[in-house]
Amino acid sequence: MNAVLNHTPTAAPPARWGEMREAAARRAPPQLLGKILYLERLTVSFDGFKALNGLTLYVDPGELRCIIGPNGAGKTTMMDVITGKTRPSEGSAWFGQKVNLLELTEPEIAQAGIGRKFQKPTVFEQLTVYENLELAIAGPKSFWKMLLARLTSEDRARIDEVLETIGLTGVRSGRAGALSHGQKQWLEIGMLLMQQPELLLVDEPVAGMTPQETERTAELLLTLAGKHSVVVVEHDMEFVRSIASRVTVLHEGSVLAEGDMDTVQNDPRVIEVYLGS
Amino acid sequence: MTAGASTRPSVFVPDRSSAVFLMLLALLAIAAPILNLAVPVSSPLHLSTYVLTLIGKYLCYAMLALAVDLVWGFCGILSLGHAAFFALGGYAMGMYLMRQIGARGVYGNPLLPDFMVFLNWKELPWFWLGFNHFGFAVAMMALAPAALAFVFGWLAFRSRVTGVYLSIMTQALSYALMLAFFRNDMGFGGNNGFTDFKEILGVDLQRDSTRIALLLVTIAAVAASYGASRFIVASRAGRVIRAIRDAESRTRFLGYRVESFKLWVFVISAIIAGIGGALYVPQVGIINPSEFAPINSIEVVIWVAVGGRGTLIGAALGAVLVNYAKTFFTAALPEVWLYALGTLFVLVTLFLPRGVMGLMSPRQVAE
Repeated sequence: MNAVLNHTPTAAPPARWGEMREAAARRAPPQLLGKILYLERLTVSFDGFKALNGLTLYVDPGELRCIIGPNGAGKTTMMDVITGKTRPSEGSAWFGQKVNLLELTEPEIAQAGIGRKFQKPTVFEQLTVYENLELAIAGPKSFWKMLLARLTSEDRARIDEVLETIGLTGVRSGRAGALSHGQKQWLEIGMLLMQQPELLLVDEPVAGMTPQETERTAELLLTLAGKHSVVVVEHDMEFVRSIASRVTVLHEGSVLAEGDMDTVQNDPRVIEVYLGS
Repeated sequence: MTAGASTRPSVFVPDRSSAVFLMLLALLAIAAPILNLAVPVSSPLHLSTYVLTLIGKYLCYAMLALAVDLVWGFCGILSLGHAAFFALGGYAMGMYLMRQIGARGVYGNPLLPDFMVFLNWKELPWFWLGFNHFGFAVAMMALAPAALAFVFGWLAFRSRVTGVYLSIMTQALSYALMLAFFRNDMGFGGNNGFTDFKEILGVDLQRDSTRIALLLVTIAAVAASYGASRFIVASRAGRVIRAIRDAESRTRFLGYRVESFKLWVFVISAIIAGIGGALYVPQVGIINPSEFAPINSIEVVIWVAVGGRGTLIGAALGAVLVNYAKTFFTAALPEVWLYALGTLFVLVTLFLPRGVMGLMSPRQVAE
């Protein structure tokens, strides 16, 4: 773990990422609006084991936040609580100031504007890239309505826009099954974007990606920040360092440290947790 | 599929293969009556009424194959019970034709069909009421299969029964119906079913002109079924259906009620099969419980696989090709037929995963 924490990037991240980060910060709505996500004193117990232990975490609108932490720190459980998959025994979880996440079901939370991308990409392999995005579009979802429904020009523009964002415009008519692993991940992020979520939860987006794909994913996430709030769970420290302005370290179900990457990396408690000394 | 998906209209505009298919049907509709009526019997070009009826029968099978392809090829529901919907439509037509016989039956009872007189029944069972009206009978040809498909589908899809379990249940459904219809007490003629029909809409069934009219109606029904199926699969709902076939839980995760999509496709498919069965009965002149036999449903799946699953046209083509082969073989080498059918299925599965349609245009089949 020492090697991971004190890792000096072999190549500095492209200079434009710094600019992109600042641009994202400028795009973000003023902080007067309050936070987009309030998690307070969340506790989740599995047979006495506290997966979350009084976790308190806030996310700003338009922020790109990275969550790191050793295995079992509660990263996935936190995502599960936000998306309604797991209910905490204590604490509160609010999406903005009006939506109490603990009162909603999974689909209701998705409707309210929280999208989640799981680690393993699942796209419809027999359908084209375009059709995959079309399926994810917000709109009529019943058989009889969809039998006659046609895409409006806004819908088309929206799909084109997302295609552009995820960089798959060139393969829009190709089958999704023929895409590379990285492209499938982007397509799935694109499908998430079609649902126009305010908050995107992204679980290990660069696992199994080539360096080039990782770089493109970093740019994609930086593009999304500002317009959406993005919470990324990731193990790849170099990747986290290159994209995140703020990093939260989880340990044993609660927040151990929070701040920019340098502050976090030099925090003695973080070093202790990772080094175990 | 080379054109941008965004430009694909969701209303039904025939693509090239559809246009060819519909034109072939139109050609058949024009040529068959001429070759049968205008060309003298002595000419080698003359189309006998026997062959005419045979074509009509194949086309009814083509509708059944279209129905199976719609649920299996596009929605991934491998139904091994579609012959039940076909037979139900056939029975609805049979009941109308039985009521048309009237007092001309062997026993001369103006109200009761012969088998009821034979069983010593005194009055018409309630479910036979209304079948003397053609309109009512036509409605039942669609409604009876639709109702069965709705009830079965609602229970099965809601409980998320999928894959081989669903196939077995559809097979059991068909088998149970066969056993039920074999019973005399059911009031559907038992073992013998219905036969000896005389008239349809007051016209003699045996006349050449009636045969031609039935063939023309069948051709129109095939075209309409094809058009409806193509409309469904080309619509946005059709994309959802294919998404369900490929990754059901993912589709659910996108906010679609998968069970309701499956249910409606299943019901529409059952209606197409039912109408096919209804047109089949006056042309072959008999309907009995053996139509429900499980083997029939399995044969339909083979037709679809031979023609090309998920292509619609291939399904119709497969039905005609395999049944033509069946007619030929069962006449020439009756003992060979089943082996030939089995071999055909194995060969197609091994070497032609996309069926006959895969030979023609691999790119379009990929759609």
